[in-house]
Amino acid sequence: MMALDLSQNKHADVSYEEKERLFEEVKADERWHHVLYGCYECGICVASCPSARFYDFSPRVIAQAVAREDVDLIYTLMNDSIWDCSQCFSCDRCPRQNSPGQIITIMREVAVRNGLQTAKDALEGYGRIIYKIMSTGSQVSPDMLQPNAFPDWGTHVHEIAENLEEWRRALPPETLHTTETGWKVDQKTIIELYLIWHMTGVMELIEGVDEGLFMILVDVMEERLEEAGYDDVTFD
Amino acid sequence: MIHLPVVKAADRKFEADPDKAPKEDLREELFQLEKEGELEVIRVPDNYIELKTKYGRIKKIPVEKTWHHKSCGQCGHIPGYSTSIFWLNRQFGLDYYDPTDQTSCTAWNYYASATSNPEAQAAVAIRNFAAAHEVGYYPLIHCGTSFGHYKEVRHALVHQHELRRKVRKIMERLGKKLVVPEEIVHYSEWVLAMKDRIAERQVIDMSHITATVHPACHYHKLIEEDAIYDSEIYGAQRTAIVTGTLKALGINVGDYSTWFDCCGFGFRHILVSRDFSRSFSVQRKIEVMKEEVDPDIVVTHDTGCVTTLDQSQFAGRAHNKKVGIPVMSDSQIAALAMGAHPYKVLQLHWHNTDNKPFLTKLGLDVDKLWSEFQAEVDLIKAGKKEYMTWEDADK
Repeated sequence: MMALDLSQNKHADVSYEEKERLFEEVKADERWHHVLYGCYECGICVASCPSARFYDFSPRVIAQAVAREDVDLIYTLMNDSIWDCSQCFSCDRCPRQNSPGQIITIMREVAVRNGLQTAKDALEGYGRIIYKIMSTGSQVSPDMLQPNAFPDWGTHVHEIAENLEEWRRALPPETLHTTETGWKVDQKTIIELYLIWHMTGVMELIEGVDEGLFMILVDVMEERLEEAGYDDVTFD
Repeated sequence: MIHLPVVKAADRKFEADPDKAPKEDLREELFQLEKEGELEVIRVPDNYIELKTKYGRIKKIPVEKTWHHKSCGQCGHIPGYSTSIFWLNRQFGLDYYDPTDQTSCTAWNYYASATSNPEAQAAVAIRNFAAAHEVGYYPLIHCGTSFGHYKEVRHALVHQHELRRKVRKIMERLGKKLVVPEEIVHYSEWVLAMKDRIAERQVIDMSHITATVHPACHYHKLIEEDAIYDSEIYGAQRTAIVTGTLKALGINVGDYSTWFDCCGFGFRHILVSRDFSRSFSVQRKIEVMKEEVDPDIVVTHDTGCVTTLDQSQFAGRAHNKKVGIPVMSDSQIAALAMGAHPYKVLQLHWHNTDNKPFLTKLGLDVDKLWSEFQAEVDLIKAGKKEYMTWEDADK
């Protein structure tokens, strides 16, 4: 079992004021008042938590740390435990109506928004997924089923990769003949998605965790936006 | 000795009273916001079936005029899942819409990496809803996570004025309205609502089949008051989804002690920390099912659950774990019961765990069926046919 490192040596330590600032960002989220009401310390959240069984992870620790406003511990958790959470929301069973899973969602957003190194580490290897979802609006696609990406899924992945084109054509729905996206998506739809990314500042989040990926995405998006007549939309 | 009146658990019935529901009915607030000009509510089309949710409220499930909000994971990696949903609609001659003006909900990425924010997530959702409304169809959500996430988005939009303002502004730029469906409907609710019509047309006997059900976390744990419950299924103590459908098909549903546990998907984990997903899926779900029920099949109703429970068994086998149970969606089982082709429609060759013993137990000639599919692929490979059509699939 991987141990939760509370020694604070694993990540760069920062001033108490900086930790407080990050926690204030968590508390400023509009969802904050609907995800934490206190804690009975009953442990129901831990009992139903999948991550607690395989990591030294506890949704109860998360709820208690934020309830007590223990900013040192919150900073440690923000640099470690939050990335173990499965985001299944089994912990919503909480009799106090807390949602440790949603507290973590908010903490993750703050970690990403502030470009914490541990967030970058947690998302290492995940860049190709971000590229796919941001550029196509589809999280996974048929052509991602490659043996080197899923070696633990066995030999059938080889068979799929070898027959991909023909097997996709052997799907009766006309929208599913694609290989680079899950289904056929209109050009207009993709442009609207890019405009959403532009108007909501999402690309800045990506720049904070992976500058190289950000630059590649900007190239792709700005070119397509320009083709569609949106010369004025840039992500700089 | 004091004699207390003891009611046997098996004899007790819990009838939910909507008037005593501990949580708000969001739909009332939606209609109020519509009156105030804050948003527009997309109404469920007239042809609908009523099901009950956790606290006994009625949820309208549209039968047709459905706009199929597809799942990136289903369409990308287990495409027979969505194909079966469409096949069922076609068998009943229902009017449905398979859009190309649709993005995924992008929530898989949001839960995995947090490289998004609530307004972007809400704008993606409303853009899709608006696309459905513009063509006159009603959104039917294929993915469990999209379903749960869209319920969260709807909840946030109702309660957060500032979020509504921001999303409305984004929609204006896109030339769209802020529209929100009266009901967020998952396809498995549609399958459940249609269960008696499906059973009427069942051509394959499944009464000798035992299944275990895995309910998707994001279906019944996010905005739990909106999940379907039935006093005849688990005494209304758990969601009736999938189990109600299987029982209507005559399948014996076995219970097991880790029913509530998630599948191990983990969003980030299934892509970059799969050791966790594999271990949890095999040790907490598949092995427990095997030891306590030994089912012929696991049936679930979500993208991530089918993927994780199915794909993880390969590594489990290498470690001599008690694995080897095929995994399918309720839509695939319902289609199979009605005579759909296991490869042309269910597309079971995209699944991992061996499902041939299950198909054989149903009396199907697996080799013959595979050769029928392979003949279609050979025609495509030889350039004699561009695609396999719906007509080919039903030959």
